[in-house]
Amino acid sequence: MIKDLIRIKSKMQSPVKGIVTFNKKKFRFSDWFAEKVIKAVAFLSIAIVILIFIFVFREAFPIFKMDKTEAVTSELLVQESYGGTETENTNVKIKDNQLDNSNNNEAPGAKPSSTLLSKTWMPVSDNPRYGLLPLFLGTLKVTLIALLFAAPISILAAIYTSVFAKPRVREIVKPVIELLAGFPSVVIGFFALMVLATVFQNIFGYASRLNSFVGGIAMGLAAIPIIYTLTEDALTSVPRTYTEASLGLGASRRQTAFFVVLPAAVPGIFAAVVLGIGRIFGETMIALMATGNAAMVSINPFDSVRTLSATIGAEMAEVVFGDTHYSVLFFIGSLLFIFTFAMNALAEFYFKNRIIRHYQAKK
Amino acid sequence: MNDIKVKVNDLSLRYGTNPALKNISMNIPEKQVTAFIGPSGCGKSTFLRTLNRMNDLIDNVTIEGEVLIDNINIYDKNIDVVNLRKKVGMIFQKSNPFAKSIYENIAFGPRINGINQKSKLDEIVEVSLRQAAIWDEVKDRLFNSALSLSGGQQQRICIARTLAVNPDIILMDEPASALDPISTSKIEELIHELKTQYTIIIVTHNMQQAARTSDYTAFFYMGDLVEMNTTEKIFSNPSKKQTEDYISGRFG
Repeated sequence: MIKDLIRIKSKMQSPVKGIVTFNKKKFRFSDWFAEKVIKAVAFLSIAIVILIFIFVFREAFPIFKMDKTEAVTSELLVQESYGGTETENTNVKIKDNQLDNSNNNEAPGAKPSSTLLSKTWMPVSDNPRYGLLPLFLGTLKVTLIALLFAAPISILAAIYTSVFAKPRVREIVKPVIELLAGFPSVVIGFFALMVLATVFQNIFGYASRLNSFVGGIAMGLAAIPIIYTLTEDALTSVPRTYTEASLGLGASRRQTAFFVVLPAAVPGIFAAVVLGIGRIFGETMIALMATGNAAMVSINPFDSVRTLSATIGAEMAEVVFGDTHYSVLFFIGSLLFIFTFAMNALAEFYFKNRIIRHYQAKK
Repeated sequence: MNDIKVKVNDLSLRYGTNPALKNISMNIPEKQVTAFIGPSGCGKSTFLRTLNRMNDLIDNVTIEGEVLIDNINIYDKNIDVVNLRKKVGMIFQKSNPFAKSIYENIAFGPRINGINQKSKLDEIVEVSLRQAAIWDEVKDRLFNSALSLSGGQQQRICIARTLAVNPDIILMDEPASALDPISTSKIEELIHELKTQYTIIIVTHNMQQAARTSDYTAFFYMGDLVEMNTTEKIFSNPSKKQTEDYISGRFG
């Protein structure tokens, strides 16, 4: 039997061609090539992100440069309107004056960057003002409403599927909620525009049909899958031994969920919420469709708002290339970029480290 | 034999269609230490977990037969599993204190039972830690994280945490398998102390440990209960060949 096998094998061609030597390094072109290509693609993607970053900042930069060129005119203006008794005005004082002027909207032709802190966003009037305050306030309002709506719902849903639900229910519910993440935001926006706005108007009876409340709820819908998925992951990554210890002590499932599993998962849940904020903050289409897009300074949730991202979305197509307005929009873009970047970094580094320390804490 | 605390009648357990325990019947005496020994995968841990229905947490488990604790079948439909587990506490193989302070770990059990009075909690914490012979080691740092303690200390914290709920029966699933010899001997001394008040059932891989700590020993093999008798009898004069082979180290 074994002799037969040896005979068969001796007749077969050797799987290794030629003589195998290993005393000299051999250059393998296909290995070398594959490695280089993969490396190049990886670095290309990083490079693209950095290039976008640079591009956005470069386009935003002129608003700071305009300061210098127009500073002279505004200084003159200041001296004219106030009699110019002091010739040695410090820069700080000039700045202060300019701020006052722009806030009162009484200084025609004031340099654009000085109006960034004013209360009006009127980029296309004869006297353009680029006050980011209403946009910031609007974004903040919408984000807060969306978060107050989405966070409790998604966290409770995550507790349900990770602790209470039977495995079969979990297998259905979890993918369904996660599928919502792939829902085009324009569809959610359309739904908010056509359905939610009317329903809420009938309930609350507010004046403007599209407002931060409607927009916030719609954006919450978009953020739920993200917060839910990450919270669910955080909860299921709490060691099983915790659950067993708690149940073994005679705690009920509810007590185990709220007093043992939830506290242990808090850093992960925070990370989930922070990433949710990032998503809401950058959401454009829903904001554009459902928030009414009126740049108002108001804290009433039933007033229309204009968010930072919606401003870019709405105005970028009509703006003159290289104009101040153009630069201001890019400035907003860089702010959004920095903010989302900071949020993601916070979630990634701070909370992840906390989670790791939490479970491995020794001394 | 003392009074019988746990009476198991014809218990079988399947994971899906895979039998893990086959027709086990045994009597476990009150206020004694009973050890379960046997090779890995023989079903001794699974059997231990049927005694406080910990297997309920695993899907696809079918259990037949009955387990009577104080003459009540714990697999009866009307059994309150939450309260059952208060009466039948469990210590796990890997020490699993919560990532909270030592005090909070011990106070967790009483708290979920509705005791919130500070003086009462303090008392329970101290008594439990004394019972678990760890009070002197931790009394000055009750509010430090329990995770800052050594493995052996953590395991005794887990025992104290279980004692704080005041169970009748304590199940121990290889409580010393991850510990060094000194910590192990402390746990064993503790088991000896505790048996005056509690019925203790311990699963162990370590036959010397079974011989040292237990009054009764049950030998499991492939889901069957091969033999159960006093520890002295099992280790000196087993009645089955398989038991003799195992304890003399010929297999397993």
